[in-house]
Amino acid sequence: MTVQQIVDALGLKVLSGDGLLERAVSGGYASDLLSYVMAKAQPGEVWVTLQAHPNVVAVASLTDVACVIITEGIQPDEVTLAKARQEGVILLGTNEDTFRTVARLAALGLEG
Amino acid sequence: MDLHVHTVLSACAELEMLPGPIVERARALGLAGIGVTDHNSAENVLAVSEAGRRAGVAVFAGLELQAKEEVHILAFFPGAGQALRFQEEVYRQLPAGQNDPRRFGHQLVVSADGELLRENTRFLQAPLAWPLRECAEAIHAHGGLAIAAHIDRPAYGLLGVLGVLPPGLFLDAVELSRHADPAEWTAREPALRQFTLISSSDAHRLAEIAAQTWFRVAEPTFEELKLALQGTAGREAHILAVERRHVQ
Ligand SMILES: [Zn+2]
Repeated sequence: MTVQQIVDALGLKVLSGDGLLERAVSGGYASDLLSYVMAKAQPGEVWVTLQAHPNVVAVASLTDVACVIITEGIQPDEVTLAKARQEGVILLGTNEDTFRTVARLAALGLEG
Repeated sequence: MDLHVHTVLSACAELEMLPGPIVERARALGLAGIGVTDHNSAENVLAVSEAGRRAGVAVFAGLELQAKEEVHILAFFPGAGQALRFQEEVYRQLPAGQNDPRRFGHQLVVSADGELLRENTRFLQAPLAWPLRECAEAIHAHGGLAIAAHIDRPAYGLLGVLGVLPPGLFLDAVELSRHADPAEWTAREPALRQFTLISSSDAHRLAEIAAQTWFRVAEPTFEELKLALQGTAGREAHILAVERRHVQ
Protein backbone atom coordinates (compact mmCIF):
# COMPACT_ATOMS: atom_id res chain seq x y z
CA MET A 1 0.00 0.00 0.00
CA THR A 2 1.24 3.51 -0.76
CA VAL A 3 0.67 6.85 0.91
CA GLN A 4 -1.32 7.90 -2.18
CA GLN A 5 -3.71 4.98 -1.72
CA ILE A 6 -4.28 5.98 1.91
CA VAL A 7 -4.87 9.60 0.90
CA ASP A 8 -7.49 8.45 -1.63
CA ALA A 9 -9.18 5.92 0.66
CA LEU A 10 -9.51 8.29 3.64
CA GLY A 11 -9.97 11.50 1.66
CA LEU A 12 -6.98 13.16 3.36
CA LYS A 13 -5.71 16.65 2.62
CA VAL A 14 -2.06 16.70 1.49
CA LEU A 15 -0.41 19.47 3.55
CA SER A 16 3.17 18.79 2.40
CA GLY A 17 5.08 16.28 0.29
CA ASP A 18 2.79 16.18 -2.81
CA GLY A 19 5.50 14.65 -4.97
CA LEU A 20 6.39 11.88 -2.52
CA LEU A 21 3.12 10.01 -2.22
CA GLU A 22 4.24 6.79 -3.91
CA ARG A 23 6.13 5.77 -0.77
CA ALA A 24 5.13 2.34 0.56
CA VAL A 25 3.45 2.08 3.97
CA SER A 26 4.23 -0.93 6.15
CA GLY A 27 1.99 -0.37 9.17
CA GLY A 28 0.94 2.28 11.64
CA TYR A 29 1.49 3.86 15.03
CA ALA A 30 -0.58 6.40 16.97
CA SER A 31 0.54 8.63 19.85
CA ASP A 32 0.72 12.32 20.74
CA LEU A 33 3.74 12.01 23.03
CA LEU A 34 6.87 12.46 20.93
CA SER A 35 9.03 10.42 23.31
CA TYR A 36 6.83 7.37 22.63
CA VAL A 37 6.90 7.97 18.90
CA MET A 38 10.70 8.19 18.94
CA ALA A 39 10.91 4.93 20.87
CA LYS A 40 8.26 2.94 19.01
CA ALA A 41 7.38 4.19 15.52
CA GLN A 42 9.05 2.15 12.77
CA PRO A 43 10.38 3.38 9.42
CA GLY A 44 7.68 3.20 6.76
CA GLU A 45 4.76 3.34 9.19
CA VAL A 46 2.01 5.93 9.12
CA TRP A 47 1.99 8.00 12.32
CA VAL A 48 -1.38 9.33 13.52
CA THR A 49 -1.39 12.28 15.94
CA LEU A 50 -3.12 15.54 16.73
CA GLN A 51 0.16 17.35 17.36
CA ALA A 52 1.10 19.81 14.62
CA HIS A 53 4.22 21.74 15.72
CA PRO A 54 7.73 21.80 14.20
CA ASN A 55 9.08 18.99 16.41
CA VAL A 56 6.55 16.65 14.79
CA VAL A 57 8.45 17.11 11.53
CA ALA A 58 11.79 16.51 13.26
CA VAL A 59 10.52 13.31 14.87
CA ALA A 60 8.90 12.12 11.62
CA SER A 61 12.20 12.63 9.82
CA LEU A 62 14.20 10.99 12.61
CA THR A 63 12.00 7.88 12.76
CA ASP A 64 11.60 7.84 8.95
CA VAL A 65 7.87 7.19 9.13
CA ALA A 66 6.16 7.11 5.72
CA CYS A 67 3.82 9.99 6.56
CA VAL A 68 2.05 11.80 9.40
CA ILE A 69 -1.73 12.07 9.61
CA ILE A 70 -2.77 15.08 11.69
CA THR A 71 -6.27 14.54 13.04
CA GLU A 72 -9.11 16.74 14.37
CA GLY A 73 -8.70 19.24 11.54
CA ILE A 74 -5.69 20.81 13.26
CA GLN A 75 -3.74 22.98 10.86
CA PRO A 76 0.08 23.15 11.22
CA ASP A 77 1.52 26.66 11.20
CA GLU A 78 3.69 27.99 8.36
CA VAL A 79 6.97 27.23 10.21
CA THR A 80 5.97 23.59 10.53
CA LEU A 81 4.88 23.34 6.89
CA ALA A 82 8.09 24.97 5.63
CA LYS A 83 10.17 22.56 7.70
CA ALA A 84 8.16 19.61 6.37
CA ARG A 85 8.69 20.70 2.76
CA GLN A 86 12.40 21.16 3.41
CA GLU A 87 12.76 17.77 5.11
CA GLY A 88 10.59 15.92 2.59
CA VAL A 89 8.12 14.90 5.29
CA ILE A 90 4.59 14.08 4.14
CA LEU A 91 1.97 15.75 6.36
CA LEU A 92 -1.66 14.78 5.76
CA GLY A 93 -4.73 16.27 7.40
CA THR A 94 -8.16 14.93 8.35
CA ASN A 95 -11.12 16.36 10.26
CA GLU A 96 -11.75 12.99 11.88
CA ASP A 97 -10.39 12.05 15.30
CA THR A 98 -7.52 9.66 15.93
CA PHE A 99 -9.72 6.68 16.87
CA ARG A 100 -11.79 6.92 13.70
CA THR A 101 -8.68 7.43 11.57
CA VAL A 102 -6.90 4.40 12.99
CA ALA A 103 -10.08 2.32 12.57
CA ARG A 104 -10.20 3.23 8.90
CA LEU A 105 -6.50 2.45 8.42
CA ALA A 106 -7.02 -0.92 10.08
CA ALA A 107 -9.97 -1.58 7.75
CA LEU A 108 -7.57 -1.02 4.83
CA GLY A 109 -5.45 -3.85 6.21
CA LEU A 110 -2.72 -1.86 7.97
CA GLU A 111 -1.44 -3.31 11.22
CA GLY A 112 0.29 -1.74 14.20
CA MET B 1 9.89 42.27 32.12
CA ASP B 2 9.88 39.30 29.81
CA LEU B 3 10.69 36.11 31.70
CA HIS B 4 10.77 33.68 28.78
CA VAL B 5 13.52 34.21 26.21
CA HIS B 6 15.50 31.56 24.34
CA THR B 7 19.07 31.80 23.08
CA VAL B 8 20.98 29.91 20.36
CA LEU B 9 21.34 27.09 22.89
CA SER B 10 17.72 26.18 22.13
CA ALA B 11 17.65 24.12 18.94
CA CYS B 12 14.48 25.84 17.77
CA ALA B 13 15.78 29.42 18.29
CA GLU B 14 17.08 31.64 15.50
CA LEU B 15 20.83 32.21 15.21
CA GLU B 16 20.29 35.91 15.97
CA MET B 17 19.46 35.00 19.61
CA LEU B 18 22.89 35.98 20.93
CA PRO B 19 23.56 37.66 24.29
CA GLY B 20 24.34 41.17 22.96
CA PRO B 21 21.43 41.47 20.54
CA ILE B 22 18.99 40.00 23.11
CA VAL B 23 19.84 42.49 25.85
CA GLU B 24 20.00 45.38 23.35
CA ARG B 25 16.54 44.52 22.13
CA ALA B 26 15.32 44.29 25.74
CA ARG B 27 16.86 47.67 26.54
CA ALA B 28 15.30 49.24 23.44
CA LEU B 29 11.91 47.99 24.63
CA GLY B 30 12.53 49.52 28.06
CA LEU B 31 12.55 46.15 29.82
CA ALA B 32 14.11 46.12 33.29
CA GLY B 33 14.82 42.42 33.11
CA ILE B 34 14.56 39.25 31.06
CA GLY B 35 14.57 35.56 31.90
CA VAL B 36 16.91 33.27 29.99
CA THR B 37 15.10 29.98 29.59
CA ASP B 38 16.71 27.50 27.23
CA HIS B 39 15.39 23.97 26.94
CA ASN B 40 16.70 21.78 29.77
CA SER B 41 19.93 23.79 30.02
CA ALA B 42 21.38 26.97 31.54
CA GLU B 43 24.69 26.98 29.67
CA ASN B 44 24.16 30.44 28.15
CA VAL B 45 22.91 32.10 31.34
CA LEU B 46 26.33 33.42 32.38
CA ALA B 47 26.98 34.90 28.94
CA VAL B 48 23.63 36.70 28.78
CA SER B 49 24.04 37.88 32.38
CA GLU B 50 27.39 39.41 31.48
CA ALA B 51 25.91 41.10 28.39
CA GLY B 52 23.01 42.26 30.57
CA ARG B 53 25.37 43.82 33.11
CA ARG B 54 26.99 45.83 30.33
CA ALA B 55 23.64 46.96 28.94
CA GLY B 56 21.92 47.58 32.27
CA VAL B 57 19.31 44.87 31.83
CA ALA B 58 18.76 42.39 34.66
CA VAL B 59 18.97 38.75 33.63
CA PHE B 60 17.14 36.03 35.56
CA ALA B 61 18.91 32.70 35.56
CA GLY B 62 16.51 30.07 34.27
CA LEU B 63 15.83 26.92 32.32
CA GLU B 64 12.72 25.64 30.58
CA LEU B 65 12.26 22.06 31.70
CA GLN B 66 10.34 19.52 29.68
CA ALA B 67 8.56 17.24 32.13
CA LYS B 68 7.90 13.58 31.35
CA GLU B 69 4.33 14.51 30.33
CA GLU B 70 5.84 16.70 27.57
CA VAL B 71 4.73 19.83 29.41
CA HIS B 72 7.09 22.80 29.84
CA ILE B 73 7.90 24.42 33.16
CA LEU B 74 10.16 27.43 33.74
CA ALA B 75 12.67 27.33 36.59
CA PHE B 76 14.39 30.43 37.98
CA PHE B 77 17.23 30.57 40.50
CA PRO B 78 18.87 33.35 42.56
CA GLY B 79 21.95 33.28 40.33
CA ALA B 80 23.77 31.55 37.50
CA GLY B 81 25.69 29.34 39.96
CA GLN B 82 22.51 27.80 41.39
CA ALA B 83 21.05 27.40 37.91
CA LEU B 84 24.15 25.56 36.72
CA ARG B 85 24.17 23.30 39.77
CA PHE B 86 20.52 22.51 39.14
CA GLN B 87 21.36 21.83 35.50
CA GLU B 88 23.65 18.98 36.56
CA GLU B 89 20.63 17.23 38.10
CA VAL B 90 18.54 17.97 35.02
CA TYR B 91 21.17 16.40 32.78
CA ARG B 92 20.90 13.17 34.78
CA GLN B 93 17.17 13.09 33.92
CA LEU B 94 17.70 13.45 30.18
CA PRO B 95 17.36 10.39 27.95
CA ALA B 96 20.55 8.95 26.53
CA GLY B 97 21.26 9.86 22.95
CA GLN B 98 22.42 12.96 21.18
CA ASN B 99 20.77 15.90 19.52
CA ASP B 100 20.40 15.56 15.77
CA PRO B 101 21.23 19.13 14.67
CA ARG B 102 20.11 18.54 11.09
CA ARG B 103 16.58 17.71 12.21
CA PHE B 104 16.12 19.67 15.44
CA GLY B 105 18.66 22.50 15.01
CA HIS B 106 21.98 23.48 16.58
CA GLN B 107 22.48 24.00 20.34
CA LEU B 108 25.20 26.61 20.65
CA VAL B 109 27.02 27.73 23.78
CA VAL B 110 28.39 31.25 23.30
CA SER B 111 30.34 33.93 25.13
CA ALA B 112 28.90 37.30 26.21
CA ASP B 113 30.31 38.67 22.94
CA GLY B 114 28.52 36.01 20.93
CA GLU B 115 31.57 33.90 20.03
CA LEU B 116 30.86 30.21 19.59
CA LEU B 117 32.40 28.29 22.50
CA ARG B 118 31.04 24.82 21.83
CA GLU B 119 28.00 22.89 20.67
CA ASN B 120 25.92 21.11 23.29
CA THR B 121 25.43 17.57 21.98
CA ARG B 122 22.82 16.39 24.51
CA PHE B 123 19.25 15.84 23.34
CA LEU B 124 17.89 18.91 25.12
CA GLN B 125 14.53 18.91 23.26
CA ALA B 126 13.57 15.67 24.98
CA PRO B 127 11.37 15.09 28.05
CA LEU B 128 13.09 14.46 31.37
CA ALA B 129 12.49 11.34 33.45
CA TRP B 130 10.87 13.63 36.07
CA PRO B 131 7.11 14.04 35.88
CA LEU B 132 5.77 17.57 36.49
CA ARG B 133 5.44 17.16 40.22
CA GLU B 134 9.06 16.05 40.55
CA CYS B 135 10.22 18.92 38.35
CA ALA B 136 8.49 21.40 40.67
CA GLU B 137 9.87 19.64 43.77
CA ALA B 138 13.42 19.64 42.42
CA ILE B 139 13.20 23.33 41.48
CA HIS B 140 12.00 24.23 44.97
CA ALA B 141 14.57 22.00 46.64
CA HIS B 142 17.21 24.10 44.86
CA GLY B 143 15.66 27.35 46.08
CA GLY B 144 14.08 28.14 42.71
CA LEU B 145 10.75 29.36 41.37
CA ALA B 146 8.56 27.09 39.23
CA ILE B 147 6.29 28.60 36.58
CA ALA B 148 4.18 26.46 34.26
CA ALA B 149 4.98 27.76 30.75
CA HIS B 150 2.44 28.84 28.08
CA ILE B 151 -0.23 26.67 29.70
CA ASP B 152 -2.78 27.53 26.99
CA ARG B 153 -0.75 26.03 24.14
CA PRO B 154 -1.80 22.63 22.73
CA ALA B 155 1.86 21.68 22.33
CA TYR B 156 3.86 21.50 25.59
CA GLY B 157 1.37 23.61 27.61
CA LEU B 158 -0.01 22.30 30.92
CA LEU B 159 -3.69 22.84 30.09
CA GLY B 160 -3.19 22.08 26.41
CA VAL B 161 -1.61 18.69 27.08
CA LEU B 162 -3.24 17.57 30.35
CA GLY B 163 -6.57 19.39 30.05
CA VAL B 164 -6.69 20.21 33.77
CA LEU B 165 -4.46 21.69 36.45
CA PRO B 166 -3.20 18.66 38.39
CA PRO B 167 -4.18 19.06 42.05
CA GLY B 168 -1.27 19.37 44.44
CA LEU B 169 1.18 20.71 41.88
CA PHE B 170 2.95 23.58 43.61
CA LEU B 171 3.68 26.44 41.22
CA ASP B 172 4.91 29.97 41.94
CA ALA B 173 3.07 31.32 38.89
CA VAL B 174 1.41 30.28 35.68
CA GLU B 175 2.37 31.71 32.31
CA LEU B 176 0.03 32.38 29.41
CA SER B 177 1.35 32.64 25.87
CA ARG B 178 1.36 35.95 24.08
CA HIS B 179 -2.06 35.74 22.42
CA ALA B 180 -3.96 34.21 25.34
CA ASP B 181 -6.47 36.47 27.11
CA PRO B 182 -6.23 36.05 30.91
CA ALA B 183 -9.93 36.83 31.47
CA GLU B 184 -10.96 34.22 28.94
CA TRP B 185 -8.66 31.58 30.42
CA THR B 186 -9.66 32.14 34.05
CA ALA B 187 -13.31 31.93 32.96
CA ARG B 188 -12.59 28.66 31.20
CA GLU B 189 -10.47 27.27 34.05
CA PRO B 190 -11.56 28.85 37.38
CA ALA B 191 -8.80 26.97 39.26
CA LEU B 192 -6.36 29.42 37.65
CA ARG B 193 -7.56 32.10 40.09
CA GLN B 194 -5.41 30.57 42.82
CA PHE B 195 -2.24 31.34 40.80
CA THR B 196 -0.37 34.49 39.89
CA LEU B 197 -0.70 34.80 36.13
CA ILE B 198 2.03 36.20 33.92
CA SER B 199 2.41 36.44 30.17
CA SER B 200 5.75 36.21 28.38
CA SER B 201 6.95 36.12 24.84
CA ASP B 202 8.68 32.70 24.61
CA ALA B 203 10.88 34.54 22.13
CA HIS B 204 12.79 32.40 19.66
CA ARG B 205 13.71 35.44 17.55
CA LEU B 206 14.63 39.00 18.53
CA ALA B 207 11.45 40.62 17.25
CA GLU B 208 9.38 38.41 19.57
CA ILE B 209 10.87 39.76 22.81
CA ALA B 210 8.11 41.82 24.42
CA ALA B 211 6.77 43.52 27.54
CA GLN B 212 3.60 41.59 28.33
CA THR B 213 3.68 41.59 32.13
CA TRP B 214 4.27 44.52 34.42
CA PHE B 215 6.08 43.79 37.70
CA ARG B 216 5.83 46.23 40.59
CA VAL B 217 9.23 45.67 42.22
CA ALA B 218 11.82 47.85 43.98
CA GLU B 219 14.52 46.50 41.67
CA PRO B 220 14.76 43.66 39.16
CA THR B 221 16.25 40.99 41.43
CA PHE B 222 15.35 37.37 42.13
CA GLU B 223 14.13 38.20 45.67
CA GLU B 224 11.89 40.98 44.37
CA LEU B 225 10.59 38.74 41.59
CA LYS B 226 9.69 36.15 44.20
CA LEU B 227 7.74 38.74 46.22
CA ALA B 228 5.97 39.97 43.08
CA LEU B 229 4.88 36.43 42.19
CA GLN B 230 3.68 35.97 45.79
CA GLY B 231 1.90 39.33 45.61
CA THR B 232 3.27 40.34 49.01
CA ALA B 233 5.05 43.39 50.49
CA GLY B 234 3.38 45.68 47.96
CA ARG B 235 4.97 43.79 45.06
CA GLU B 236 2.83 42.43 42.28
CA ALA B 237 2.77 41.15 38.74
CA HIS B 238 0.01 41.73 36.27
CA ILE B 239 -0.52 41.06 32.62
CA LEU B 240 -0.78 44.14 30.42
CA ALA B 241 -3.76 44.51 28.12
CA VAL B 242 -2.68 43.73 24.56
CA GLU B 243 -3.17 47.36 23.40
CA ARG B 244 -0.92 48.68 26.19
CA ARG B 245 2.02 46.40 25.48
CA HIS B 246 3.69 48.48 22.78
CA VAL B 247 4.12 51.53 25.00
CA GLN B 248 6.01 49.64 27.68
ZN1 LIG C 1 10.10 28.38 25.56
